[in-house]
Amino acid sequence: MGELLTATHNFGASPTRAGSTADTFKALLVLASGTVNAGQTNVGTPGTGTPTTSNIGTSEVSGTNYTAGGITVTNATAPTATNSSSTAGVAYWTSSASLVYGTSGLPVTLSTAFDTVVIYNNTQGGKTVSVHTFGSQTITAGIFTLTMPSNTTTTALLRLATT
Amino acid sequence: MLITTTKGEMDDSLFEKREGTIDNDNELTTWVEYWEGDELVHRSAHVTLKKMPNFVGGDIASF
Repeated sequence: MGELLTATHNFGASPTRAGSTADTFKALLVLASGTVNAGQTNVGTPGTGTPTTSNIGTSEVSGTNYTAGGITVTNATAPTATNSSSTAGVAYWTSSASLVYGTSGLPVTLSTAFDTVVIYNNTQGGKTVSVHTFGSQTITAGIFTLTMPSNTTTTALLRLATT
Repeated sequence: MLITTTKGEMDDSLFEKREGTIDNDNELTTWVEYWEGDELVHRSAHVTLKKMPNFVGGDIASF
């Protein structure tokens, strides 16, 4: 089942893959007033245009030292698969480092409240992977750190399970 | 300790420090603010998500 997370199996029409290496994933922040949900299929052109399910558009945050499209997700840990019986198992994956916006030398200022992070596949034209919400935040000349759930069978960011 | 503020790097002793925590089923969040009078000069936050959120129709997102 872990092979599903590495695109080994294809159950339908799929994009042409340019290579066999892992894709590059990115994470962008969305305004609390923005329009995004689990039905978001693509981030489109972050920061530009009317928000739709295929374009985050102006729902993305903007501010000092924040780049439209967000930051690259660290992906140093390959997906893991475990089996608990002959039929049951879980394949799972979580980014291997926290998402950090800003540094002490280049702090971010995000004055308008945001409450969502969208993880998307930058290699595959911005197709959305997942949407996660949290309590509304603002940042002033500071750093915003987002730590993902522990990479376990029950809490990992992405999980595929059979029973 | 030097901190980054809207006025550049400053010693934190010059400001009032305020901190807070949010802890619920979804997240553990901590934040720190530095104030100069009624002016916010620094705010950082650290959100730790505890689990993947549930969405209508399942707990998976769109691939």
